Amino acid sequence: MVARQQLQIGSVIDGFVVSEKIHSGGMASLWRVTKAGVDIPIVMKVPTILDGEDATIIVGFEMEMMILPRLSGAHVPRCIAVKDIAQQPYIVMEYIQGLNLLKLLDETPLAPARVAQIGAKIAAALVDLHRQNVLHLDIKPSNIMIRESGEAALIDFGLSRHLQLPDLLEEEFHVPMGTGPYISPEQVLRNRTDPRSDIFSLGVLLYHFATKVRPWGIPKFNRALRARLWRDPVPPRKLNPDIPPYLQEIILRCLEPNPARRYPTAAQLLFDLQHPDEVRLTERAERMEQSGFIATWKRRFRSAATDVEHPRAVAESATNAAPIVMAAVDLSEGMEQLAEALRKEAGRVLHFVPGARLACINVLKLNRVGLNYSRDAEGRNIHVTRLVELKEWARPLALSTGEVTFHVLESPDPAAALIDFAKNNNVDQILICARASSNLRRYLGSVSSQVVAEAPCTVTVVRLPTGLAPLVEATDEPARETEPGPP
Amino acid sequence: MRIGFLADIHGNREALDACLEQARRQCVDRLVFLGDLVGYGADPVYVVDRVAQLQENEGAIVLLGNHDAAAVACDTTGMNQYARDAILWTHGELDPAQIAFLRGLKSSFEEDDRLYVHSDATAPDQWRYVTDAAEAERSLRATHKRLTFCGHVHRPALYHMAPQKPAVAFKPQAGTPIPLIGNRKWLLVQGSVGQPRDENPAASWGVLDVEKSEFTYLRTSYDIETAAGKIHAAHLPQILAARLYIGR
Repeated sequence: MVARQQLQIGSVIDGFVVSEKIHSGGMASLWRVTKAGVDIPIVMKVPTILDGEDATIIVGFEMEMMILPRLSGAHVPRCIAVKDIAQQPYIVMEYIQGLNLLKLLDETPLAPARVAQIGAKIAAALVDLHRQNVLHLDIKPSNIMIRESGEAALIDFGLSRHLQLPDLLEEEFHVPMGTGPYISPEQVLRNRTDPRSDIFSLGVLLYHFATKVRPWGIPKFNRALRARLWRDPVPPRKLNPDIPPYLQEIILRCLEPNPARRYPTAAQLLFDLQHPDEVRLTERAERMEQSGFIATWKRRFRSAATDVEHPRAVAESATNAAPIVMAAVDLSEGMEQLAEALRKEAGRVLHFVPGARLACINVLKLNRVGLNYSRDAEGRNIHVTRLVELKEWARPLALSTGEVTFHVLESPDPAAALIDFAKNNNVDQILICARASSNLRRYLGSVSSQVVAEAPCTVTVVRLPTGLAPLVEATDEPARETEPGPP
Repeated sequence: MRIGFLADIHGNREALDACLEQARRQCVDRLVFLGDLVGYGADPVYVVDRVAQLQENEGAIVLLGNHDAAAVACDTTGMNQYARDAILWTHGELDPAQIAFLRGLKSSFEEDDRLYVHSDATAPDQWRYVTDAAEAERSLRATHKRLTFCGHVHRPALYHMAPQKPAVAFKPQAGTPIPLIGNRKWLLVQGSVGQPRDENPAASWGVLDVEKSEFTYLRTSYDIETAAGKIHAAHLPQILAARLYIGR
């Protein structure tokens, strides 16, 4: 098959006017184009080689053609048009203006706080991508743009996988597909169904940015890729003592060879990157040496027997499991019964959902106008007091440190603060109390009703039975109503 | 244009009507029936009449299946006991006009870049199954058409094959449009409308959006109790009713 038309400056294809060539690679060339009615900068991507004898060359292009039109949001280039291989093949997409992360490699090692900040942007992009059932599978600096508006945008979906669509790459190559330094162990084993592969690659990127060194160097042969199955990398803090323990914990957790030991979801990784004080530190945080000979040899022996483990089951568990549940706890006096009902509800949710993580939130309401006192009449720091009370509230749930975090937010608008927290942390479900209705609240509007109306996720409202509904048998259980969030 | 594909109705009136109703809601412009209108189910007369009417009035394309051919010829060679009992009963139910309609059906049909056939395309009247990637490859190599639509196995499946490559199987998910793009051939096996066997009792069919080149596998729930009750009332083998509930 041959391209029907050789592109050149001034060519017009389906209304797209070709202006300049901005990139020419082995797989594809990129041309700036314009079209009447399209008011954002756009590029046309055209596969370089179209030879029926070697179809594998263009499979990546086909994959991108399948996936890109199905994606939306700020974390991907907007797709304007695609034209199938059978005709003049091309993809026209938004030209993303901003910083390509490849440019930052010269500045490494970056300050740890900057590494965490960039990591959070990329993790947020992965959350959005995985939510749309797509795995990128080639996360590396050159495939990430930081938009002028601040979000990370992922580009080049040629190795990607849509979990609900056929994987055109599955039978095309019998070698691992990815980029040597960044490829995950399961991709080395040719499993292309696990969202946690992207978390691994992001871990490699963070390690590189924080230390200036790639954890497994630049593997030259396919055999060398297997080292990441059994050899643990040099702890980042050994290479750069400025790296705080929490960041080493995050990076090494991303780099666990077994996906089950990594962050279960990009949302949970994002959460830790945004809340350094809440990261549960393990032995990883303090590690200063690689494993010894015996431990490494044992792992190597075991990895030789390891093969791709139930890829489909892994994919299902990784996209749906391990949600972040947020409990909005009202600690005011007179609310003890409701707070207890809320705790019961939280216990129920956590009991039935493996891997779930509870974020306990209390909002310290600030005055809109005037001075805010951070200390109460007795001079105690109110923020700290609230934090202590919040921990006390959660204590009966007997959660381990990795399963629960505590946050006191300060805001004049509690509902807005709760909604923002849910948005920024990709919370999957909010548990919130509603007091019995009163005329005053009906006029002023309640925090819970605003949260129900505006939250980006499922909201469960916990109420105490009012006793005003004699038709229903009285029970010890609080009444519950659950409203699904927007799809 | 949106084309609805229905295979293996097998005399199940309730399942057919439910799918046709959903096809109307899905704005389907044309229908293709991929064979086996009769056999197993208790409403062969209704199904044949309804499909013949759709062919006559709305330009539906109707293909021959092995059970249709068996019911016409009253020849049950190679069939199991239950299928044989149902075919003999069905033959007795159909009138000469309905027999003539079935006899007139073609075993394959081509239009644009598409091939429609009941079973494996290498020899449509041999009724070979396409149940794995190797069998899909055999069928795909027998046609120049980019898209092949077939039925016969009662389980929805999708295969794709790039030039000089083996075919690859994919388990489609109902309701997700799949782009049939690229430099490759696609084989779309339809599940069964009237007797699904993929452990999902809902009627199985699908819709092709020709302009977008997207195919969506669909499931439609229907009144299984009534369909099963009629099988009992007609004294057809009990198992033919029982399996409708469990989709096996």
